[in-house]
Amino acid sequence: MNAFIPPNLMPALPELVLLGMACLVLVVDLFLPQNKRGFTLLLALAALLATAATLWQVAPVEIMVSFNGSFVIDRLAVILKLGLLLILFLVFVYSRDFLREFGMYRGEYYALGLFAALGMMIMISAYSFLLLYLGLELLALSLYAMIAFRRDSAVASEAAMKYFVLGAMASGILLYGMSLFYGVTGTLDLARLSDVIRIQSVESPVMLSFALTFIVVGIAFKLGAVPFHMWVPDVYHGAPTSVTLFLGTAPKIAGFAMAIRLLVDGAGALQVEWGQMFVALAVASLAIGNIVAIAQTNFKRMLAYSTVSHVGFIMMGLLAGTATGYAAAMFYTLTYALTAAAAFGVLMLLSRDGREASDLADLRGLNDRHPWYAALLAIALFSMAGVPPTVGFYAKLVVVNAVIQVDMLWLAIVAVLFSVIGLFYYLRAVKVMYFDKPEEGQEFHLLDALDNRLLLSANGVSLLLLGLFPSALMAWCLTAFV
Amino acid sequence: MQNIYLAIPLASLFGAVIAGLFGRQIGRAGAHWVTILGVATSFVLSLLVLKDLLLDGGAVYNAPVYTWMVSDGIRFEVGFLIDNLTALMMVVVTGVSLMVHIYTIGYMHDDPGYQRFFSYISLFTFSMLMLVMANNFMQLFFGWEAVGLVSYLLIGFWYKKESAIYANMKAFLVNRVGDFGFLLGIATILYFTGSLDYYEVFGKTAQLVDGEIEIFSGAAWSAITVACILLFVGAMGKSAQVPLHVWLPDSMEGPTPISALIHAATMVTAGIFMVARMSPLFEYSETALSFVMVIGATTAFFMGLIGIVQNDIKRVIAYSTLSQLGYMTVALGASAYSVAIFHLMTHAFFKALLFLAAGAVIIALHHEQDMRKMGGLKKYLPITYWVSLIGTLALIGFPGSSGFFSKDSIIEAVHLSELPGAGYAYVMVLMGVFVTAFYSFRLLFLVFHGEERMDAHAREHLHEPGAVVWLPLVLLAIPSAIIGWLTIEPLLFGDFFKGVLFTLEQHDVVAEIGEEFTTPLAFMLHGLGGVAVWLAAAGFALAWYIYLRNPEIAEQAKIRFALVYRILDQKYFFDRFNEIVFAGGARLIGSLLWRVADSMLIDGLIVNGSAYLVGRASRVLRVVQTGYLNHYAFAMVAGLILLLGWAMLG
Repeated sequence: MNAFIPPNLMPALPELVLLGMACLVLVVDLFLPQNKRGFTLLLALAALLATAATLWQVAPVEIMVSFNGSFVIDRLAVILKLGLLLILFLVFVYSRDFLREFGMYRGEYYALGLFAALGMMIMISAYSFLLLYLGLELLALSLYAMIAFRRDSAVASEAAMKYFVLGAMASGILLYGMSLFYGVTGTLDLARLSDVIRIQSVESPVMLSFALTFIVVGIAFKLGAVPFHMWVPDVYHGAPTSVTLFLGTAPKIAGFAMAIRLLVDGAGALQVEWGQMFVALAVASLAIGNIVAIAQTNFKRMLAYSTVSHVGFIMMGLLAGTATGYAAAMFYTLTYALTAAAAFGVLMLLSRDGREASDLADLRGLNDRHPWYAALLAIALFSMAGVPPTVGFYAKLVVVNAVIQVDMLWLAIVAVLFSVIGLFYYLRAVKVMYFDKPEEGQEFHLLDALDNRLLLSANGVSLLLLGLFPSALMAWCLTAFV
Repeated sequence: MQNIYLAIPLASLFGAVIAGLFGRQIGRAGAHWVTILGVATSFVLSLLVLKDLLLDGGAVYNAPVYTWMVSDGIRFEVGFLIDNLTALMMVVVTGVSLMVHIYTIGYMHDDPGYQRFFSYISLFTFSMLMLVMANNFMQLFFGWEAVGLVSYLLIGFWYKKESAIYANMKAFLVNRVGDFGFLLGIATILYFTGSLDYYEVFGKTAQLVDGEIEIFSGAAWSAITVACILLFVGAMGKSAQVPLHVWLPDSMEGPTPISALIHAATMVTAGIFMVARMSPLFEYSETALSFVMVIGATTAFFMGLIGIVQNDIKRVIAYSTLSQLGYMTVALGASAYSVAIFHLMTHAFFKALLFLAAGAVIIALHHEQDMRKMGGLKKYLPITYWVSLIGTLALIGFPGSSGFFSKDSIIEAVHLSELPGAGYAYVMVLMGVFVTAFYSFRLLFLVFHGEERMDAHAREHLHEPGAVVWLPLVLLAIPSAIIGWLTIEPLLFGDFFKGVLFTLEQHDVVAEIGEEFTTPLAFMLHGLGGVAVWLAAAGFALAWYIYLRNPEIAEQAKIRFALVYRILDQKYFFDRFNEIVFAGGARLIGSLLWRVADSMLIDGLIVNGSAYLVGRASRVLRVVQTGYLNHYAFAMVAGLILLLGWAMLG
């Protein structure tokens, strides 16, 4: 009988801080009158900052494993978590005025957001199937509630319902895959799993491929790759824009981490198998995402399909199976989250006549009235389209480069072709902003506070700066994989 | 010194930028002050540089000032090479430019594009300075293209005038042909030497001499000959040598100060300058030198002939410029590089003078350019008349004038040259002297002497233009008269160009002339005994007889020699040929490609076709997103099964 050895809590200290702060936010908010709601936001931001600071302090030079090998903190975890916290910081600030305007300014948004953040951080650090699943569910449950945040809105409830049902299905599929892996290998530990697979694959390769497929489907659902993307447009469209902003940015980072943990750290020996599946998913995502986006008239739906196509790019980086490929995918994920934050951030500012702006037509004549916001949105759109010198161009470049390096030139060509098609709908949005005239009497009612405006401007400018000087971030991403 | 070198082009650029971008704010006076001050600064500093090199024994400067990029080991730099040749060119360029700037105040007085004009000519000065100060081919090419651009802008300065637009388009297109050759020449040099820097390339001349290019299989050509001829093709475009000369007469559509500055004194001599600069390369290819000489000789004589039948005062001078550029080119071909530069300098002064004087006449007659409507202007415009006379005498090579020294040296150099084609060239340049004298005095007589053919209204308003116009004329007339006398000894026979221009011993005709040279006076007296002076005198006499004594002869000759007249009047049908073969051919190919390739294949099939396809696909695929949860779940399961199938079977 072994004596109980308490786990080393240090690696998980940021998560613990976040958990404590989230609970604090929940409780404090109960006792705040509505007009003091700003304090909840401050507390939530403080939670993010405190978590980031703790993370910075405990970040180890070497890889560190705790909780009996189920929790890991390494370069990858540190970088992704920092990126995540930064994105959430932006999201929380951008959301404030929007929530206030539409009567949703309640502490639960921030509490749920913090719990979702906790779930994502656990996913990033998960080193066993169980912990990863826990993180995933924590994130998913928080998101379900956030999407349905506006209870009286039919579209929002519908979106939440759809997401919930499909998410439950995907969870089941993922869990099934995990159980199959457990059945074949006898371990839930990702580090041990990879060792076992290397030996086992010879004996029962079919079973492993079978299990792997379920895992891939689970990841594809989380990322929103075709054909597991069906929830994306409906949820993006139905959810309040502040939640879409949340949903469209941070979980992408978590999804990326999930893919790395499961497929690279765990099933790295099966790279050829899952790489092939990723090829099919990536091409389908690029094609469907870019082509269907053209037919959209709703800006949020259009961005949803655009997300699908970006997921195709992230998968392309992963399927290369090289350190540069993973780093490229990571760079892509982080910068895409930053870009999407800017795009939705601007969109949230533009509410018209008590109605949130979501149609393309709502952007008409933005340049005439608010040239600076039009420019910020244009930068974000150009970055998504991959037009130099924005960061989106460089991100696409490194991904395409990684694919070419493993002799998959055809895939690179396909990706570039679909990017060209994608250019159309991004440019159409820019055209609407700059060349179409607003209808008579249609005025923009801007929700902007100074801090929001400054942060948004910094966000937009960072897309340009990162595009011009991408090497530092790229080098940073590379350190996670060498 | 480096700061001074930098300041010289930048001062002009500064003026151009201020006048160009803030022309409306600073007003007309502001525009001419800022540009004149800029160019004057450049001029004074250029003089300082020349003085430093000549009197204070300053060292030759050759260094990069800015590295633009390094690609595959090739450095793309902005750098200066300042030696005597550069310094001389700088002084000539900035000096003439300054005169033109001042003159422009008067000439463009009523023009709505006043500020724009000043901005352009300052920009031109900057570009030309970058060209002459370059120490590498990249910057040379930059300057080359930049002066071409400004020339294009200025020919079409009156952009509402149909003929001006036609002319600037023509200049642009013809120069494209030359520049293409030039670029290929630079590429050849880069290919064989791996460098763009002048000195590095000159140091590796052996690699070019030994190199061979096989453009058509089986026929290997010497790399240096190919490189030099290609470079010279560039010079043919810029310095308007046959058959790429056609743009220069048409360029007279631009304002007269431009004709003086760009199309007579400076830009068109860029080709001459470039070949002289590249003398260490050209010297090793006798084929290229012969080619240069023959082209130059042809231009010198045949373009002069056309000048005889022109009636537009500016066009006569334009053809004269073509002919004189031909003389310079001949000198280059004869390896007499210093003589070419010498003639370049003297020509810059007297040709700018003639153009500006013609401009003065044109203003006095309210923009009348037809010589048949002039005559007897001597008594109305005395200053203009006397400076024109000085310019004309210099042009025909009247003993003692600046043109005499330079042109006689050219004729002598060609006479002594032993390269193939020298005999042809010698005959051409001698006959050219006669032609030059004839058309020059024809112009002078038709404009200033004889009966007054203008209408009464114009005559009433005739008067000498103001000081901003005649002062530059006088300032240019002085060097036109005397600079040859002063500088022939150091420039040609002294060591001014020592270490700058390179001549192989067996080609060194200038040294041969130098053996007999003692003083400018002796040179002049020797020239009096030569045939050239008497040919010039004959040309003068004939012009006097036909146009002053017996004007009917001109008309009769026109009828008697109708065929010759027609050939000359149509400029040997170069324009007609280009119009039909090149322009027509290009348009034909263009319209074919447009109709078939662009409209049908690219626009119809590829662009609209693919857009249609994508749009169609988009509408179809959109329908899949039904909004029903069971459909979504079905899609997921179907995807799972497909992937499973792939994983199991694949």
